[in-house]
Amino acid sequence: MSHPAVVPTVLAVGMAEETQTLAFWILAVVSVAAGLAMVLARRAVHCAMLLAVVMLSLAVMYALLGAPFLAFVQVIVYTGAVLMLFLFVLMIVGVNSRDSLVETIKGQRLAAAVVGIAMLVLLTLIIGHAAIGPQAAFSASYNGSNVTGLAQLIFTTYVFPFEVTSALLITAALGAMVLAHRERTGPRPTQRELARRRIESGRPSPLPGPGTYARHNAVDMPALLPDGSQSRLSVSPVISGREELEPREGGPVSPGPGEIAPPDSDGNGNGNGNGNGHPDGNGSSGDQPEQEHEGARW
Amino acid sequence: MVSPSHFVALAVILFVIGAVGVLVRKNAIVIFMCVELMLNAVNLAFVAFSRLHGNLDGQVIAFFVMVVAAAEVVVGLAILTSIYRARRSASVDDANLLKY
Repeated sequence: MSHPAVVPTVLAVGMAEETQTLAFWILAVVSVAAGLAMVLARRAVHCAMLLAVVMLSLAVMYALLGAPFLAFVQVIVYTGAVLMLFLFVLMIVGVNSRDSLVETIKGQRLAAAVVGIAMLVLLTLIIGHAAIGPQAAFSASYNGSNVTGLAQLIFTTYVFPFEVTSALLITAALGAMVLAHRERTGPRPTQRELARRRIESGRPSPLPGPGTYARHNAVDMPALLPDGSQSRLSVSPVISGREELEPREGGPVSPGPGEIAPPDSDGNGNGNGNGNGHPDGNGSSGDQPEQEHEGARW
Repeated sequence: MVSPSHFVALAVILFVIGAVGVLVRKNAIVIFMCVELMLNAVNLAFVAFSRLHGNLDGQVIAFFVMVVAAAEVVVGLAILTSIYRARRSASVDDANLLKY
């Protein structure tokens, strides 16, 4: 019985009031800034990360308000489960998709800003009218044992909503399975059809792995072909689509003369041409794009 | 001294930010994230009022809100993946078959 009592004491009561005030203002600024940045960020992954910042600072605020159980649930359920689900779906549904800046409805942003300001004013007026008094003193039933008190409420007063919640969770899991399930519309392709399709595609071999024969084997390093040129096909399109990787591509990958260069003299010359700072890796001489193409195919 | 009204004011600000995000953004996943931000803001208000009154009912409601939000996210993201599979896009502008 001592442990549940210790946690809220440490989290809320024992904290000096100056510390509490300081923590509130820091977290308030951080969460509002992260929320604004989330609305403004163009990449969905950045939005997810900024939402994680908001959720974690809200978890600390729950602890400040004397709700340690909700603070942990916030970290575990929201930041741990819900946000990871968001990230998984983002990885499936195109990581590098950006929001287009084109307004499909004319004046949508302006209207949204007006609505937002109106809502802010309205809610502030309501809250201001409510005359929120001073908070109640810490009582034993509220803060002495937060988890025990919550359990008592959930299993006595709120036991029916709690049971309904279990039905809701089962329905949600079932619904997710049904909605995300894909029915096979055509017959399953046989091994013969798969082999024929692969030959007809012009590339019977698998794609080259990133970093093969390059100086680093990181996933953003394009593989070097036998003639020393870089294979664009070896880097995942998601990674090569990032613009910040473009200037890096020439530097570390470029082979020094005779270091990773192919053994024959003809290829050696090409390798030197690449090593002398052509960021694209091809196009320095006339026949090199062809070699890149041919090498990439095999 | 931080009173619960400070927390409620912060909850109002976060709620409005989430609402504006829902109105402005076009990527359906980001819209979902903004809805989550609104739910979090409401949870903060619940916990602040619970602290104000000194009883635990607000925390229980916030707990239920979290459970319902988790279920909502699961179903919503499943719908999004099926829409993406059919249309190759997660933008809400592209799902316009029921427009006219």
